[in-house]
Amino acid sequence: MIIYLTALLAGLLFGLGLILSGMANPAKVLGFLDITGRWDPSLLLVMAGAIAVGLPVFTFARKKTASLIGEPLRLPTARNIDRRLVLGSVIFGIGWGLAGYCPGPALASLFLGFKPLVFVAAMIGGMVVYEVLTSLQAGSGK
Amino acid sequence: MIDWVHFTPLASFGGGILIGLAAALFLLVNGRIAGISGILGGLLKPARHDVLWRVLFILGLAGSPFIYSLLGEPAQPVIEAGTGTLILAGLLVGIGTRYGSGCTSGHGICGISRLSPRSFVATASFILAGMVTVYLVKHITG
Repeated sequence: MIIYLTALLAGLLFGLGLILSGMANPAKVLGFLDITGRWDPSLLLVMAGAIAVGLPVFTFARKKTASLIGEPLRLPTARNIDRRLVLGSVIFGIGWGLAGYCPGPALASLFLGFKPLVFVAAMIGGMVVYEVLTSLQAGSGK
Repeated sequence: MIDWVHFTPLASFGGGILIGLAAALFLLVNGRIAGISGILGGLLKPARHDVLWRVLFILGLAGSPFIYSLLGEPAQPVIEAGTGTLILAGLLVGIGTRYGSGCTSGHGICGISRLSPRSFVATASFILAGMVTVYLVKHITG
C-alpha cells in the first residue's frame, strides 16, 4: 500500500520542483532552447540540482536488487544506441521546441487551463499512435 | 548572450534538488524510474496492479500547482503557442518520447544520474533538436 502513497508524494514533489525551478513555464523553457538569442541557462541548473541528488542515489541503488520496502528494482536494461533512440528523441525535441512543453510540466499544468489541456490531449494521442503502430508492426510478423 | 533578467540560478537549482528528491524517493521505495512519459504511456496498455500508482503519480503532479500556491506565489506560465501548434507539438512529444523510450525526466535526469550512455545520447538529441527548432521558428521564419 505504501507504494501508492509514495507515488502520489513523488508526483507532488516532482511538480513542486518543476514550478519552483521555472520549468513549468513554457516561455522559460523556450528561453533555454533559444541559444542563439537571449539565452536563459536556468534549465542547466535544474538538471545540475536534480543530478546532484540523483547521482549518489542511483549509484547506491545500482548494487541492489530490491527497494527499501522489498519492491523489485526496475532499472532499464537496454544498452544499445540505435536509430530508434535518436530518431525518437529528435521527434520529441522538435515538439518540445515548438511549444516549450515536455511531459512533466504539461501534466503539472493539466488543470490550469485550456492550452495545457489541449497539449496533454494531443500528447496522449501521439502515444496512442505509437501503440497502434507498434502493434501493427508486431502483427505483421516483424 | 545570456539573458540575465530571466536567469534564476538559485530557484532553478533548488527546484532541481526537489525533482532529484522525488526521483530518489520513487527509486528507493517504489523501485522505479521517475520517467513521466513512461508513467503516462504505461496507462495505454494497462496491466494488473499497474494502473493505480501511475494515476496517483500523475494526480500528484497535476495537483502540485494548487499545493504550491498555498506555500508561495507561483510564476504565471506563459504559453505563446496557438492551438494548432500545441496539437502538433503534443503529437510529436507523445510519439517521440515513446519511440525514444523517455523524455527530460527519464533520460535527462534519471538516465544521466545512472550514467547511462543511451540517456546521454537521447538528452543531447532532444536538446539539440529543440534548439534547432526554436532557431528555425524564432529567428528564420519568425
